[in-house]
Amino acid sequence: MIYEGKQKIWKDYQKEIPDDHWYFVRSCIRQNFFPASERMFTEITRNVLGKDVYETPYHTTCGGIAYHCDTLPQETAMTIVARQFALMTEAGYENYAASCITSFGNYAEVLETWHEFPELEARIREQLWKATRREFKKPKYLAHTSDLIYHWRNQIAEKAKFRLVDKDTGEPLRIAEHIGCHYAKMFPSKGVGGAEYPYVLTGMVESWGGQIIDYPERRHCCGYGFRQYHVKANRGYCVSNTHKKFESMEPYGIQAIVTNCPGCPYFMDRWQYFIAEQTGKTYGKDGFGIPVLTYEELAGLVLGYDPWDLGLQLHQVAVEPLLDRIGIPYDPKAKYLGVNKEDLLRPSLPQTLKCF
Amino acid sequence: MMDFGFKLSKSATIDLDRAGTERYEKLCALSPDARTCMACGSCSATCTAASFSGMSVRKVILGLQRGQDVRPLLSACMLCGKCTLVCPRGINTRRLILNLSKSYD
Repeated sequence: MIYEGKQKIWKDYQKEIPDDHWYFVRSCIRQNFFPASERMFTEITRNVLGKDVYETPYHTTCGGIAYHCDTLPQETAMTIVARQFALMTEAGYENYAASCITSFGNYAEVLETWHEFPELEARIREQLWKATRREFKKPKYLAHTSDLIYHWRNQIAEKAKFRLVDKDTGEPLRIAEHIGCHYAKMFPSKGVGGAEYPYVLTGMVESWGGQIIDYPERRHCCGYGFRQYHVKANRGYCVSNTHKKFESMEPYGIQAIVTNCPGCPYFMDRWQYFIAEQTGKTYGKDGFGIPVLTYEELAGLVLGYDPWDLGLQLHQVAVEPLLDRIGIPYDPKAKYLGVNKEDLLRPSLPQTLKCF
Repeated sequence: MMDFGFKLSKSATIDLDRAGTERYEKLCALSPDARTCMACGSCSATCTAASFSGMSVRKVILGLQRGQDVRPLLSACMLCGKCTLVCPRGINTRRLILNLSKSYD
């Protein structure tokens, strides 16, 4: 192997990520699925790392879900995106960070389309002006929020209270990473490490002491796929993709999964319950599932935040075995106490998948 | 079992590491020319039964290599032998079908 050649190829998949001053936009669905994740992003970036991360309540959907469900024409989605860029311009920012993978892919697709078809961009500018009297500048840098946590991963590691290491054996935790399809499969150069070898989550896990485990279906989709899932009759097809991934990772003794997409952690977490009910099979140790975490939840855990403040009680798969393995303290009685110690009520437990 | 309103769909993936190819090997022992098939599809193109039943010697051989049950295809064959006439590799496809049918008996 020619080392210089390899370095040159790898350089093509590196991404310039400014260190500060980001305009942050949330996902439509993440706050419902894993409510503390985005809260933890702003908490870590602003209060732990001292970064300037701005967000506005006027931000709306990017139209990505409707666009990928074929219920919205691309021109409409582009005008929605143009409005988001106008909000960023009005706030005086140039660096745009999206929390959602599909939003990130959508923004990358829109910018690329405008680059190829400037006349389309001119038309969208005109439409936005007619509709809202707004003008916009295109972002200088576009990033997914996992890019930012990746960029600051070593600063987080310096402040970490726990490492992703088995407290009994001293071995690094065996972690699988799952990258959302819209992160780099559409535009490989927009993601850290490209489509085949994205390094964004791997870098975080390695920096925080864990070990990334490769498995054959590592790059396979989680199965969400928008149009498939939104039609109930097609959900069997969705879950068959997740099932394929779990079957593929089974022999490798995975102890946790980390993801950077809104849909992937939700489906990989909840579908373990569905698969257990349908097939009687679980993929973790002793009848438990494999915990699936977002990268903000993982960052929050290593930084020493209370697991229940991170919203880990809202996961289907029990996270307690993972917390015990790392040695993170938690109060089992406080699991279903929300903010201000309000009782969240206990969910009924599954028949096959072991939970607390 | 809980009713979710949908079920886990069976995957269409063919795992060649797990596919049982005993029948294919058995066939090759009886008709060694089966190994020379290059899947050109001439047999399928000339097959009288193909357009009515989906019969195709090419599919039969491919199915055997993947460890699939090819009996539904075999039952449509009329043993006319046209596929044997057009095979560019000179495979005796008629005999191949006969040998395979016997293996299922």
